[in-house]
This record gives sequence, structure tokens and C-alpha cells, in this order.
Amino acid sequence: MSRDKRAADGQYLPGSGSLVDESRLIDQRLSRRQRFANFLLTWESLIFILFAIVVVVNSFLSPYFLDPGNLFDATLNFTEKAIIAMPMIFVIMLGDIDISVSSIIALSSLFMGMAGANGASTPTLVLIGLCVGLLAGLFNGFLITKFDIPAIAVTLGTMSLYRGIANAVLGDQAYTKYPADFGFLGQGYAIGNMVPLQLLVFIVIAAIAFVLRNSTTVGRYVIAIGNNKTAAKFSGVPVDRVRLLVFTATGLCSGLAAVLLTSRIGSTRPNIASGWELEVITTVVLGGVAITGGKGNIPGVIIAVFLLGFMKFGMGVVNVPGKVMNIVTGALLIVAILLPRFVDSAKRKNLLRQTAE
Amino acid sequence: MKRFFKRRETTLFITLVAFCVLVSLRAPGFLAPENLNSILNDTCTLIMVALGQSFVILIGGIDMSVASTMAFTGMVTALMNQYNPGIPAWVYLPIAAALGTALGAFSGSLVAFGALPPMIATIATMSIYRGFVYVFSKGAWVTPHEMTAGYLALPSASFLGLSSMVWITITIVIAAAVFMRLTSSGRDIYAFGGNRTAALFAGVSGRKVQMLVLTASGLLAGIAGLLWVSRYGMAHSETAAGFEMQTVAACVLGGVNFVGGSGTVLGVVIGALFFGVINNALTVIHISPFFQMVIQGVIIIVAIVSNTLIDRNNQMKLVARRKI
Repeated sequence: MSRDKRAADGQYLPGSGSLVDESRLIDQRLSRRQRFANFLLTWESLIFILFAIVVVVNSFLSPYFLDPGNLFDATLNFTEKAIIAMPMIFVIMLGDIDISVSSIIALSSLFMGMAGANGASTPTLVLIGLCVGLLAGLFNGFLITKFDIPAIAVTLGTMSLYRGIANAVLGDQAYTKYPADFGFLGQGYAIGNMVPLQLLVFIVIAAIAFVLRNSTTVGRYVIAIGNNKTAAKFSGVPVDRVRLLVFTATGLCSGLAAVLLTSRIGSTRPNIASGWELEVITTVVLGGVAITGGKGNIPGVIIAVFLLGFMKFGMGVVNVPGKVMNIVTGALLIVAILLPRFVDSAKRKNLLRQTAE
Repeated sequence: MKRFFKRRETTLFITLVAFCVLVSLRAPGFLAPENLNSILNDTCTLIMVALGQSFVILIGGIDMSVASTMAFTGMVTALMNQYNPGIPAWVYLPIAAALGTALGAFSGSLVAFGALPPMIATIATMSIYRGFVYVFSKGAWVTPHEMTAGYLALPSASFLGLSSMVWITITIVIAAAVFMRLTSSGRDIYAFGGNRTAALFAGVSGRKVQMLVLTASGLLAGIAGLLWVSRYGMAHSETAAGFEMQTVAACVLGGVNFVGGSGTVLGVVIGALFFGVINNALTVIHISPFFQMVIQGVIIIVAIVSNTLIDRNNQMKLVARRKI
């Protein structure tokens, strides 16, 4: 990786003064062994090791864990969240946040439920779900870019608004009437009746996100905006258009998640998917995306998705209550962010000492 | 005088009064002293916690852990009360305050010494604290007949016509106002929130400010948690779930800027009262409580959009006045 590309990647440490982290420049003079050690200390490797530990522990907890069918079924618990995590990477890379995603699911699911109760067919339902998500995301993006309001404030409002609409319409009722073939989307399997359809959808979304992040102008724009919005604006980056696009895409993916979730559980209640926004954000941050913006990679988040998903699955196997799982997730989030920082600062001190000699 | 009317707090207060009058046209009993008193009592916890929240928002952060902190201190004090009925109830106030302070200080140290953004640190502590509520209670509820009469009477003891809960809130509001306006630590918070770099060069300790705001937020949430549980006579692992969003909403309505550095204690108090009045008004004029959330959402959006437009307008005026 050239120095300029690295600079564009935004790999700099605040406070180090230069755009490129100095310790990385020194890296080039390191021996192969040291470089391998540094590779092991990258975020992706660290959480991959954690992931491997989780898999090993799980396979000890339950002899059936490594059964392929079981593994694929375990993914059903987190693919919908993973689908939202992909656009959320871009939102957080922009330095923004979207806490309305789970409410968009509720809103999307509400309209699908309404249509279903009136006898809509499966394609219509899917279209409605996606459109509602898209429009909800567009509304978020419109308020954020048009009035230049911090995303957290806007999505806090729309979070109440969207779920509030579902609450107001449904009260303590639920929509449960869906066409018979609608369930296939969330419960169906493909490829030898083995791989859940949902997982395939996630793979497609993740691939799109990967290409967008690494090989398109939009991806570069997002990183530039996340690093310095003003500078990006003056360099000719269409800041508002990119942000609008990212928030709309987040709405669309939330709509997609709503389609899959509604199809999987076959009912719409106002409290559907409540609290997911925090789980999605946790996953993205655990995946190495800097909450301050400008830095992030798709593979890291994908590993984080599976790490958290399988960890919860394993704890479920030994009957750990959900609330206690949250303690572990919270602690993991803290440790995962603190640990590389301490390692990094230790590494830099070490390098400084070496260069001083 | 002109400046007085230009202040956001004044506008908000006038809107609040106008809203109250409108509601009382539909439901004459609304402005009765008993009803106003009950609104005040219902809003006390929101005022307290929103004040703590506003400190964190002032430095450009957000405290997602307040509701979990409330559930934590509420549950711990309720359990202590259940198993040691002999302890006088007032003792739980300092205990709740100390517990809240400790929880807030933990979040604060993650921010100040671990350099985690406040939002991430408190999302993590939010799950951790609420998880521990579940662990302590083993998933069970503490119900009113398991609490002592003294504990349950804690927020409702009457003095000069107002309940002890209202008195505690008034004390906290005055203390917060004095602290934010008149002490150098309070001014440091504004300075740090307004321009971090400038504040650091002016000798403000960033770590101290971060530690301070999150600890204060924890302290207030801790006290509020005790009062919440003793008022409703119920402690469980879902106590005050989602309340953090209401506190943020009250701050937004009160004119606390998410970018940091601007917002007042008075604004937050009026913002919180606004939500208290609306929640009460909905029941009084027979609107289903299921509409509460959608109305809250609309209010937040209207508030932030109008705040922005007013700010923008003021800035344009300032630019226009500048001599070139």
C-alpha cells in the first residue's frame, strides 16, 4: 500500500500530528517476523482470534455445534441485524449515527402487515417493505442534510416517530395474516436445502458494501467526509448528496431486514426488533469502525457479526439469560476497544525507544 | 426586555403555558392545583435525569446508561430494603447517590482514561448495568408488599404542600444552576463543549470535565432510580427501560445543542416539564397512550428543525450587521 493511499484511508492517529501514523511508516523497516507480529495485532486478526475461541468453546459446549446444518441455522438469529450493519458501517464512517433503524423495521413491517391483512401478494409485500424503508431513510437523510442537524438528533426524533406510528396504529394488537408463500423469504433454504436464503441475501449485501468501500468513488468520498467534512466539501466532494445516499441506503436495508424478519416470525407487533439499533452499532464498532468517523473496513465487521452471533448462540446453548449475555457483549465492546489502544501505545513507545537508540 | 423575549427559554415557556391553557379548554380540571401537582411529581425524575444528560450532551456526548443506572440503584436499594427492613428509609438516599456516582464514574473513566467516545462507553455500560440488575434480582420482581412503608413513603412525604420528591428536585435544579453558572468547573464544561482545542489550551483539563459530567449524570440517575422505584413500588430488570431517550428528548426540546457547548439548566427543566404536561394532557383529553410515542417524535423533530432555523436566522442577522 502506497503512502498516499494509506493517507486517503484515513489511517492516522489523532494527536500524532501527521496524516500518516508514524509507527506505520517505521513498519516498513521491520523484519518479516516483526511484521507478522504486527499483522496479528491488527483489529481484524484480533477479533478473528476471538471468533476462533468462541467457535472452539461452542463446539465443546455442544457436540452438535459444528454440524453444518446447525451452523447455518444459527445464522438465522443475526442475519437481519448483519444486513443493517453493512450500511451502518458507512453511516459511522461518515462520523454520523443512525439510531432509527429498528424503528424503520417496525414501520416497514407495519405497512406490510396492513397490506397483508388486505390480501396483498408476496411480491407486493416485499415491494412495500422496501419502499417504506427507503422513504423512511430518505426522510432521515433529508432532515440531516437540508437543515444540517446532527444525525443523532434527527434519528432520535424519527426513532420515536416511526415506532410511534406503529404503536398508534397497532396498540396492543398484531398483524399476523400473511400469504402462505411469504414465509419462504425468511425461513427458506437454498443450495441443497442447506443454506438459509437470508444468509445469501446478507452475502450479496456484504459484497456490495465491500465493493463500495474499496473500489468506488462513493467509498472514498465517505472516508474523506468522515475525516474532515469541511475539507471534503472544499475539495469538491458532494457531501450532502453522499450523506443523503448513505442514510437512504440504511433505510432501504432496514426495509429489507424488515421483510426478512416479518417473513421469518410471521407477525408484526409494535415492539418488533426493539433495541436492535444498539446491537447493530455495537457490532459495527466491534468490527473496528471508528465512531469518530473516517476509518473502517467491511471484513472486520463481518467477523464481528459472526463473533457476536455465535457467542450469543453458544451462551444460549448453556441457558445463559439474554440480560446476562448483554453483560458479556458490553464488556467485550469495552475490552475490544481498549485492548488494541493499549497495545498500540505500548508498541509506539517501544518503537520510539528503539529509534532513539 | 427585548433580549428576555428573544431567549429560547422564554419562547418555550410561553408555548408551554399556551398549551396548558388550550388543554384546559378541553378538560377544565387540567389546571387544578392537584393536577398540576401530580404533573410535577410525575416529571421530577425526568427533570433530574435530563439535567445529568444535558451535562453530557454539553460536551458533545450522550449518556445512554442513565436508565440502566436508575434500574441498578432502584433494584439494589429495593433488595437491601427487602432483606434489611430495619434500616431507616432515608439512608437509601445517600446509598443511591453513592451507587449512581460509582456507576457514572466507571463510565466516566472509560471516556476520560480509555478515550472511548461517551456514546460507545455508555452503550456498553448500559447493557452491563442492566445485566447486573437481572443477576442481582435473579429475574424476579420486588413488589410493594416486600418493601417497607418508610421506603415507599420516601418520595411522597409532604412538606409545605409539596412532596419530598419535588423538594429534592428543586434542590438539585438550584444546585445545578449555581454549579453551571457560577463555578469554574461549570464554566469549564461549557468551554470544553464549545471548543475542545481552545479549552485545552486555556488550561481546562479534558479528563476532569469528562469525568465530571458522566459522574454527575450517574449521581442524578442514581437518586432518580431510588425515587422511581419507591414511587411506583416496583423494581424489576426492565425498570425505566427506554427512559434515556426521553431524557435526551427533553434536552433537545430544552435547546441543548448536540454539537456541544450551548444549553441551560432552565431550558432543560422547561423541556422536561413540557413532556410531563403532554403525557398528562393525553390522558386528560382521552387520547390513547399508544399515541404518546408518535407525538414525542413529532415534537422532537419540530423542536430541532425550528431550533436550527432560528439559529440560522440569528447568524444571518449577525452577518448582515457586520461592517465590511
